[in-house]
Amino acid sequence: MNFFVDPAFFVLLVPIVGIAACLGMTQRPLRRYGSVVSLLMLLLLFYRTPEGLALCAGYIAMSLVLARWVLSLFAKKDHDQNRAVLLYRVALALQIAPLIIYKVTVAAGGGLLGFLGISYITFKGAQVLIEIRDGLITELSATDYLYFLTFFPTFTSGPILRSRTFVADVHKELTRDDYLDRLYRGLGWLVMGAVYKFVGGALAQWATWFLPSLIGTSTPFTFGVTQVVSCVTYGVYEFFDFAGYSYMAMGVGLCLGVEVMRNFNKPFLSLDLKDFWTRWHISLSTWVRDFVFMRFVQTSMEHKWFKSRLTTACVGYMINMVLIGLWHGITLDYFVYGVFYGLCMAGVEFYQKRWKFYKKHRRDKWFQVCEWAVNMVVVFMGFALFNGQLFHPVIV
Amino acid sequence: MSNISEQIAELVAEISGEDEVLDERDLDLFEEEILDSMAAIELLVAIKSEFGVSIAPTELDREEMNTVNKIIERVSERM
Repeated sequence: MNFFVDPAFFVLLVPIVGIAACLGMTQRPLRRYGSVVSLLMLLLLFYRTPEGLALCAGYIAMSLVLARWVLSLFAKKDHDQNRAVLLYRVALALQIAPLIIYKVTVAAGGGLLGFLGISYITFKGAQVLIEIRDGLITELSATDYLYFLTFFPTFTSGPILRSRTFVADVHKELTRDDYLDRLYRGLGWLVMGAVYKFVGGALAQWATWFLPSLIGTSTPFTFGVTQVVSCVTYGVYEFFDFAGYSYMAMGVGLCLGVEVMRNFNKPFLSLDLKDFWTRWHISLSTWVRDFVFMRFVQTSMEHKWFKSRLTTACVGYMINMVLIGLWHGITLDYFVYGVFYGLCMAGVEFYQKRWKFYKKHRRDKWFQVCEWAVNMVVVFMGFALFNGQLFHPVIV
Repeated sequence: MSNISEQIAELVAEISGEDEVLDERDLDLFEEEILDSMAAIELLVAIKSEFGVSIAPTELDREEMNTVNKIIERVSERM
């Protein structure tokens, strides 16, 4: 049973949300209920793929052991820091190894160690280990960690939750009014997400084949127009489909009494590419920002790898975007997509820091309209690359 | 304390290239696009080398360090 896709999932949501509402309105804690429901939902998710269930269960067990181990490494005040950091790195490598092996073997035509939701659970497990190393997580109970890893609304496709926020949230004592506020907001997001995904997404998907078939590709001109129309309709479809799913996940989370971060925030109103990535798949872009970009910048500055901050930023953005590209799949299309966005991000950083004209006019309406228009061209060129149009243009 | 405040305000001004933060210390640095994630991490590196105060990149939410005064508070309480 696929979450947020199969009709059976939505039918099951009725009793799940109904019971949660009864518990929440009578001020009973929802944590235990949410944990049990999540485990049961995962069983349903994998009921046709027992090998997926076994791999997922194994990965969760490994994550619990690794977190315990790394917590113990840094627990003693007089611990040997070098040894602890070395072993932490081993643990982190083990945590992310299955995802890397899976992605590499998929590229080679296989798909070793993969299971539904492997990417998102890896992000969550890695975050926990990194923040234990940073001293931000000093205790994490097995039950809380298990609930965090298996929380079913966000299990297959995010948004990527953060453990400290999640654990603090599920331990909050919600009054009846607090819960009702979450329930109403949750139901609102659930309905809005369904409209986005099943109405907006379906219409945009229909447009992705209807409009190109109307225009055709018989002449160089119509070929060009079709390529543009295809990437625009594809980008709009991606937005409605993924934002719709994310809003529904947020809605179900709220009904279970858990705040789930917003994953999309009007991305097509962004003025530049950096702004776009703070509005599009926010939980992924902020995760990579916090745990890759910022760590890279920090380390490179402390070790003085580059002479200027601009070079540091540009290299950081390139690593960031190539990683996001390859995370979608180790293919030439996604690599080019990552390099393209990396170069454009570096370009944005360059003109915003060095171009006096920008600094003088960045708040002028006319300038912002021009900046938005250029940004949209870049964004939709990115969608064309993501859609594989560079090597496989749309032909009708 | 006031010396630290001056030093931190100057650090933010130097990193962002915006002198207005020297006087307007309650200005929202991210809202006003004075700091971005690159500048924020640069600031954390500078704080570590200047004051010996180590703040992990995800230790604080943006709302906890989005003005010069809040950054001064965060550093002071860790010294």
